[in-house]
Amino acid sequence: MGFKKILSQLNVIGHCKKQGLPFRQCPQLLFLIMGIVIMISAVVTYALGTRVAADPQTVLLIVLALTVVLFVITFSITRSLEGLAEANRLKSEFISIVSHQLRSPLSNLKWALEFLMSGRLSKIVGKQAEYLKILKDNTARMGELVSDLLTVSRIEQGRLPLKKAEFSLQDLAKEIISEFELQASTANVAVKLEASENFPKILADRSRIKWVAENFLDNAIRYIKEKGEVVVKIVKKNNSLVFSVKDSGVGIPKEDQKHIFQKFFRSKNVLKYQTQGSGLGLYIAKSIIERSKGKIGFKSQENKGSTFYFTIPIK
Amino acid sequence: MLSALDGQKGLELAKGEKPDLILLDLVLPKMHGFEVLKSLKEDEITKDIPIIVLTNLEAMGDVEKALELGATTYLVKASYSLEEVVQKIKKALGE
Repeated sequence: MGFKKILSQLNVIGHCKKQGLPFRQCPQLLFLIMGIVIMISAVVTYALGTRVAADPQTVLLIVLALTVVLFVITFSITRSLEGLAEANRLKSEFISIVSHQLRSPLSNLKWALEFLMSGRLSKIVGKQAEYLKILKDNTARMGELVSDLLTVSRIEQGRLPLKKAEFSLQDLAKEIISEFELQASTANVAVKLEASENFPKILADRSRIKWVAENFLDNAIRYIKEKGEVVVKIVKKNNSLVFSVKDSGVGIPKEDQKHIFQKFFRSKNVLKYQTQGSGLGLYIAKSIIERSKGKIGFKSQENKGSTFYFTIPIK
Repeated sequence: MLSALDGQKGLELAKGEKPDLILLDLVLPKMHGFEVLKSLKEDEITKDIPIIVLTNLEAMGDVEKALELGATTYLVKASYSLEEVVQKIKKALGE
């Protein structure tokens, strides 16, 4: 059994593949390479040392001592790297397990509710519709929170893939304004688009950029207390397109502005009357835009409104 | 409509009944969905049956792996309504 264990330890390539690491980051392979480098250096140092030193045995002892020290240091470093790599692998596995285990019951709830509310099973009457809607809305809210938490984990792990393709930012703006039409009219908010038709296309992950734009528009509509207006604008600035969403809402207090892109942060004036929201949206938006080589920012005045914007380089 | 509660039974059912379409989850008891998918696509009887992977897994590489193994579509349950899934099924059946 001991012999088998030793052999399995020597299967460096196997270990690297198991950890899911590229070879240049694999601790076992790095230890092997460093070991070979140390041994070659020891031999060369001994050969050179015996030419200049009177006593070859002293040279040999010094070289051996240094070689042992270097091996011990290298071994310690690669063991730590192994620990880090394993922790990273467990974290990815945890995310994968959580994503499945939390989402599975939520998906089942969501679909069962959809089926009940469709009326195919039996007619929905009176208060039943109201309570079913409460269940549906809260299930959707939990689902969004799980998705946001997963996205945050992936961002922190550097595992947020971006599938880039060319698309028109104006067309995307029109699409999301249409999607938010009902929400806006229910909230008594007029949404208008100011954008030329002739802007060049951008190269980015359309679904991720759409997510950011939707986040801006959703916040803008939500944080308008009564009647108001939201202006979605696209302009060209140097080699980038600037997408902005301006609202006439509650604005952000000055002391809260420096925290606005932090995880889980929600400014106090918003918490007063709008308790829903994870505080993750702008953190995720910032990560997406920065990964897309763009910039994100805002201007805001309490009780006057805010303008959130991002820039994306033109292809 | 037929259903199986684990990958092994699902594979046997598919080979025995030759359905028009298969909805395949990935995290299954006894046999993982990817193994089931691979076996279905390697078997002469079942290789042409359209398979929709319906799961909540969406790690990097899951979608690509499923499509490489021959899945027709990959749907993340959390992202689709029941109605949308039905539309995808109809599309896969050519309706």
